[in-house]
Amino acid sequence: MNEDDVDRIDRNRRHFLTVATAVTGVAGVGLAAIPFLSSLKPSARAQALGAPVEVPIGSMLPGEMVRVLWRGRLVFVLRRTQEMLAHLPDDVADLKDPNSEVVEQQPKYAVNATRSVKPEFLVVEGSCTHLGCAPLEDFEVRPAESWNGGFFCPCHGSKFDLAGRVHKGVPAPTNLRVPPYRFVRDDLILIGQDTGAA
Amino acid sequence: MARIEAEVGRPQGGFLKWIDDRFPFTATLKYHVTEYYASKNFNFWYVFGVLAFVVLAIQLVTGIFLTMNYKPAAADAFASVEYIMRDVEWGWLIRYMHSTGASFFFVVVYLHMFRAMLYGSYKKPRELIWIIGMLIFFVLMAEGFAGYLLPWGQMSYWGAQVIISLFGAIPGIGEALVEIIRGDYSISDITLNRFFALHVIVLPLALIGLIFVHIVALHEVGSNNPDGIEIKQNKGPDGVPLDGIAFHPYHTSKDLVAIIIFLMVFSAVVFFAPDMGGYFLEHANFEPANLTATPEHIAPVWYFTPFYAILRAVPDKLWGFILFVFAVLLPVFLPWLDRARVKSVRYRGWIYKSALAIFVVTFLTLGWLGTMPAENIYVIAARIFSALYFAFFLLMPYYTTIDKTKPVPDRVVYHG
Repeated sequence: MNEDDVDRIDRNRRHFLTVATAVTGVAGVGLAAIPFLSSLKPSARAQALGAPVEVPIGSMLPGEMVRVLWRGRLVFVLRRTQEMLAHLPDDVADLKDPNSEVVEQQPKYAVNATRSVKPEFLVVEGSCTHLGCAPLEDFEVRPAESWNGGFFCPCHGSKFDLAGRVHKGVPAPTNLRVPPYRFVRDDLILIGQDTGAA
Repeated sequence: MARIEAEVGRPQGGFLKWIDDRFPFTATLKYHVTEYYASKNFNFWYVFGVLAFVVLAIQLVTGIFLTMNYKPAAADAFASVEYIMRDVEWGWLIRYMHSTGASFFFVVVYLHMFRAMLYGSYKKPRELIWIIGMLIFFVLMAEGFAGYLLPWGQMSYWGAQVIISLFGAIPGIGEALVEIIRGDYSISDITLNRFFALHVIVLPLALIGLIFVHIVALHEVGSNNPDGIEIKQNKGPDGVPLDGIAFHPYHTSKDLVAIIIFLMVFSAVVFFAPDMGGYFLEHANFEPANLTATPEHIAPVWYFTPFYAILRAVPDKLWGFILFVFAVLLPVFLPWLDRARVKSVRYRGWIYKSALAIFVVTFLTLGWLGTMPAENIYVIAARIFSALYFAFFLLMPYYTTIDKTKPVPDRVVYHG
């Protein structure tokens, strides 16, 4: 390449072509990545298996709790006694988020004093908001320990009250999550779907 | 330098220098890319090495994503492939890219090998590059064969049955060998499981290792060119071959065009003809493996059919197997079978040109015959073309010696 050739190189044009090629290439790779990343999402089968589940509650006695799986996730359905409900306001001073202000942790219709659609029935995911262990139920009231009943996570000691609200001074950051649900009938709850609910 | 650093209190040359002091990053990049000089007269035939890389990348990425949903068990394999096709988001695209990629791998590799035959790229000093390349080809064949069993369709099962049974032809150890390959008394869940291990771990690792060595050997001696001239024999005062231009940016920008055209063709097949009329995905394979009924017409995928035709042309189990193995292995010896003084077909005489042309026709015809039923006329044709196939290699020492060659120029010929 001699001096004349060097002079004839249009560097602006070359720079434009290089940048245009690079941008097109990055865009192409980006678009090609979409199918691959999408394939990692829950498949049609996983979605079908993740369909809402029905929980018959007609035969549940006060104080009784059932565990069901929705999308492979543990959900507690607890029929609270009047005494349990009466204790709920007592804990407020010990709770991080007594008024359910963390929006993601429950649907709008569960933002109330009992965190439920019907006060009697508590529906929460049995997954500690710390690292996902399943909390144990501990419904015994022990005034000496100022414990009004609730859930206790065996992994790292997080405590929740009978509305799934997290206590202060434990590792779990937020209240137990309330899944979307609705009452199909008075004796049947549908977990995982709430269209036309509340 | 160290004193300066101590004085100024911070290293000179930045991050790249920090790396280069500990790892030959810039040196490697120069040696293999920006200061690797390849002949400036590369033509169409010189894009297939890069394209093989592109297909390898496609196969590795799509393969990894397929393993996330595929189940290597006889009871689940077929259903899991259907699951990928129907239930996994974009799963059909990923699977068709992988199945089409397998065929394109062979298209590209066959053309890449033909390029070597056109321009004598296997001749001294590149014999080892050729032998490593042939090993890559063998691993690729094993990879394609193992992969074809995985969907556990009718053709997967019966194709594997036929090919594995071939090894039973070896006298004495044959039956024992077949049992070790299958790990069972028939092709079963156990066979599928080990073929999965071979297909996703053993063979790809071998493939990547061999490709690495192939490139290292190539960059040691330098690329051949359509004139078959050693460009390193004519260097400028700066030590750069006069006929060479840097791989990057000159050859890479040309290769980019080839890659784009390749991807257009590849996409057209993936989207509009993923089974390629039964050549890329055989129709019998859309049925789950049935151990009680062989499909009426059984043929391997197209990339094995030239060798399969030779196997079937022989009316004897042992000899069929021997000639089959021989046909696959023979090209390894090309560097020594070819006695011509020139490398490129451009400077060879009419004898080699005719032989090569006949060989191309022979190979394609054998490929076609391998897909046809083994009946009268096809068997006779397969015998004739098998003879031509072997003649091309075995007579080569003779006809390349007597062939009249033209004088080779000192510098590459530059066709506009």
